[in-house]
Amino acid sequence: MSEVKFSKEHEWIKLDGDTATIGITQHATEMLGDIVFVELPELGSSVAKDGNAGVVESTKAASDIYTPVSGEIIENNQSIVDDPAKINADPENKAWFFKLKISNKSEMDSLMNKEEYEKFSKESGN
Amino acid sequence: MENKITALNSLHKKYGAKLVSFAGYEMPIQYSKGIIEEHKSTRDNAGIFDVSHMGQLFIKGDDLLAEDLEKIFPAELKNCKLNQSKYSFLMNDEAGIHDDLIITKVAGGFNIVLNAACKYSDFELLKKLLGDKYEMNLSEELSLIAIQGPKAVKILEKIIHSVSELNFMNGNSFNYLDDSVYITRSGYTGEDGFEISMKNKYTELFTEKLINEGANLIGLGARDTLRLEAGLCLYGHDMDINKSPIEASLKWAISKNRIITGGFIGFEKIKSQIEKGTSKVRVGIKPEGRIIARENTLIFSEDNKNIGEITSGTFGPSIQVPIAMGYIESSFSKVDTKIFLEVRGKKYPASISNLPFYKKSYVKGVNQ
Repeated sequence: MSEVKFSKEHEWIKLDGDTATIGITQHATEMLGDIVFVELPELGSSVAKDGNAGVVESTKAASDIYTPVSGEIIENNQSIVDDPAKINADPENKAWFFKLKISNKSEMDSLMNKEEYEKFSKESGN
Repeated sequence: MENKITALNSLHKKYGAKLVSFAGYEMPIQYSKGIIEEHKSTRDNAGIFDVSHMGQLFIKGDDLLAEDLEKIFPAELKNCKLNQSKYSFLMNDEAGIHDDLIITKVAGGFNIVLNAACKYSDFELLKKLLGDKYEMNLSEELSLIAIQGPKAVKILEKIIHSVSELNFMNGNSFNYLDDSVYITRSGYTGEDGFEISMKNKYTELFTEKLINEGANLIGLGARDTLRLEAGLCLYGHDMDINKSPIEASLKWAISKNRIITGGFIGFEKIKSQIEKGTSKVRVGIKPEGRIIARENTLIFSEDNKNIGEITSGTFGPSIQVPIAMGYIESSFSKVDTKIFLEVRGKKYPASISNLPFYKKSYVKGVNQ
């Protein structure tokens, strides 16, 4: 099993061969509050590193979701679209957002490991 | 500018509040359980709201004051019974709304509850309009605590005896700790409930008692979803100085008698708007699906014409669908009219809805 990496935009990413699974972190859900709406990128669409790849809305406001790596979207998690509360319940496991076919594995190198991310999210305070 | 704090500031922190800056005050947006839980617990049980940031103005006077206030507000105040509350507006000559407020006739004068963001400017304006004839006190010594929800009456009754006898939109003085507090049966959630005006020094202990009796603290986030489900306007969003009560679909709040007799600020405009109608009007809006249309979202007709704008929008936790209010060209305001909302560059279907989105009957006297 590959290591989970984290972005400064509070996404997590897990790589399995060429397939990356991406979601938002527990810390992100705590900042957002109760999530009530999700929009995911279209299947087959290409997304670029740090580009827009969906939206989540909490009871308070809308926030963009960014993809930490480039690739082609190959799967969407429809269950979180139907029941966005699942994201608050289990953000780093069952409530993944989308899977993509990674186009450049070296983009993983700039991402943080768990320890670095925990330090980052604590220090940034956001 | 440094934020002010209310008498409950340390209690908010103790219960895990996320504090934000709101209208010059540090206020709780939510506590540890989050907005949806807080919202539902108000609908099912009872919620406590610190609304001490709101202005509590007392104007001392008798019949002459009632007469002078009628020259300002479109409410019936000369015939107002002791302890009766009226929802009304402070307007300009064009019937634009400076503030929406609640006026209660009390012994020796009138209490007026003002929006936090408007309270100082309202005070100055009223002082000018009343020409320094009356003693006016915008209190800094009083807190305002609301308790709302189906169990509010039972819980409050345990602490302050006989509050259950109050009718909706009525108030009275009650004894509490050898002092007097003023309580009205009113609120901003669509639930039965009370607003308690008491000295700052009692507020923390009183709130702890409400919590001990089973009520939960509720932040501004759930206050917003609750009032929006109940179809109630938020000043600065669903109404402002460029909109009149008629455009805001609040004609019911203008006394029928006062529409005939006139003599209040903005009367000519109100009268002409009632007779001729207005080009825009506030409506309820239900998006199809789960899309949320926030404030400033543009509204389009089926033939792609911009016909209005959303002024409040959220997801309704009790009704489990997204809801919104906005201003729309009057010809599109009929219930069930199909419209489109532009969210993040895409147009989503929606329809005009009746208000409120969520309805529960108030006890005693709501239809009077």
